[in-house]
Amino acid sequence: MSEIADKVKKIVVEHLGVEESKVTPEASFIDDLGADSLDTVELVMAFEEAFNVEIPEDAAEKIATVKDAIDYIEKQKAA
Amino acid sequence: MGMVGPLGLGVENVWSRLIAGESGIGRITHFDPSDLPAQVAGQVPEGPTSEGKLTLSDWVPTKDQRKMDRFIHMGLVAATEAVEDSGWKPQTEEDKCATGVMIGSGIGGLQTIYDASITVHEGRAKRLSPFFIPSALINLVSGHVSIKYGFQGPNHSVVTACATGVHAIGDAARLIMFGDADVMVAGGAEATVCSLGIAGFCSARALSTGFNETPQKASRPWDKDRDGFVMGEGAGVVVLEEYEHAKARGAKIYAEIVGYGMSGDAYHITAPAEGHYGAYRAMRSALKSAGVTPADIGYVNAHGTSTMADDLELEAVERLFGDDARTLAMSSTKSSTGHLLGAAGAIEAIFCMLAIRDNVAPPTLNLDNPSRESVIDRVAHTAQQRQINVALSNSFGFGGTNASLVVRRV
Repeated sequence: MSEIADKVKKIVVEHLGVEESKVTPEASFIDDLGADSLDTVELVMAFEEAFNVEIPEDAAEKIATVKDAIDYIEKQKAA
Repeated sequence: MGMVGPLGLGVENVWSRLIAGESGIGRITHFDPSDLPAQVAGQVPEGPTSEGKLTLSDWVPTKDQRKMDRFIHMGLVAATEAVEDSGWKPQTEEDKCATGVMIGSGIGGLQTIYDASITVHEGRAKRLSPFFIPSALINLVSGHVSIKYGFQGPNHSVVTACATGVHAIGDAARLIMFGDADVMVAGGAEATVCSLGIAGFCSARALSTGFNETPQKASRPWDKDRDGFVMGEGAGVVVLEEYEHAKARGAKIYAEIVGYGMSGDAYHITAPAEGHYGAYRAMRSALKSAGVTPADIGYVNAHGTSTMADDLELEAVERLFGDDARTLAMSSTKSSTGHLLGAAGAIEAIFCMLAIRDNVAPPTLNLDNPSRESVIDRVAHTAQQRQINVALSNSFGFGGTNASLVVRRV
């Protein structure tokens, strides 16, 4: 697993208070990890802060799973 | 009933410590108070639940804690104890809709607002947590309690500074009388032992500053050496229920709320007027609505904050009670707990109900030399066994708001 994926996973565990084993790439923040709409706003902010990236609102809306977040951040970081 | 405060966690634990004459006041540890004139407060002791101390994660899931200010934590702890104690866990839609919540706070999420202000000041406004607003809002104690238990009746909140707790319980009782609900979870919560809260009340010259080295002596209602109130944190919550409703389900009934009176001073933002006629009218109105006379009242839990206003309240009580003042016991439990602002009236209403249950008047600590003599027994230093069938609780707040509650043995 990449360094980015590791860090994303850690942030998700911290913010949503879920077990690490549940944070699979396919896991949906809302459907599988018990997040509500405010949790997802906060998660995106935490990603922005941790990776020093900007995630605009329309992009943030498309980040539904752990994999979505990792992919988006990796793309930003590569650019 | 549920309670958390400077004397610890749990109604019975706090009550037994109160009756034993213990103090919950100490040097402030929530932040470094060295550069402030007031350095003592009543803070909730942390430790194992089994020892009557607070382990927050036993009450509020860790992941949810940072979504709410500490005053909401306090309210949730007290409300959880109260609801469990009441045994009222409605399952049907009808019962859930007949159960409401009215838990207030005098100030709300002050530390949360402070922290958020710094984020904005640092130019990081876009980094403000989406939980900032719901963490700071006063009515969110009621909101969280309703969500936790599915109570879908009236969801309301009171904000009347230091009179909040009494207003919340009195108003909630009236909602039941009016038929808006059968059951109301009511009370107050506060957590302003933070640098902004202490500095603010210091600046208003309201806090005790002369007992930083002897914190347990700082709260001394009616004593000639008193020099301001001592802030406390915590919450008190009661479950109020329509009498026939409670009887029908065999509920444990501590006491009945029989009277409630309110008034406004229309005088000054922080000080009561000479003679404290506002307090007098609130008490008189509470007695009238209860249909009792001063002779019926065995115990008064005074507002008695350990400020100059103590003697004005005393004068108002003497005026109302007349000759019956000679047989009255009146104490200020703030001498032991400090002043829990918006939660004060709620914990003190609970103390009144327990005073009736156990026929005990809790003591006024540190009342060594009263600044004003009185025929009223102010229960100095040690608790007293007394026949108490009816009790009166007073709470007065900044803005000149006064509220009194009368509770009676069932």
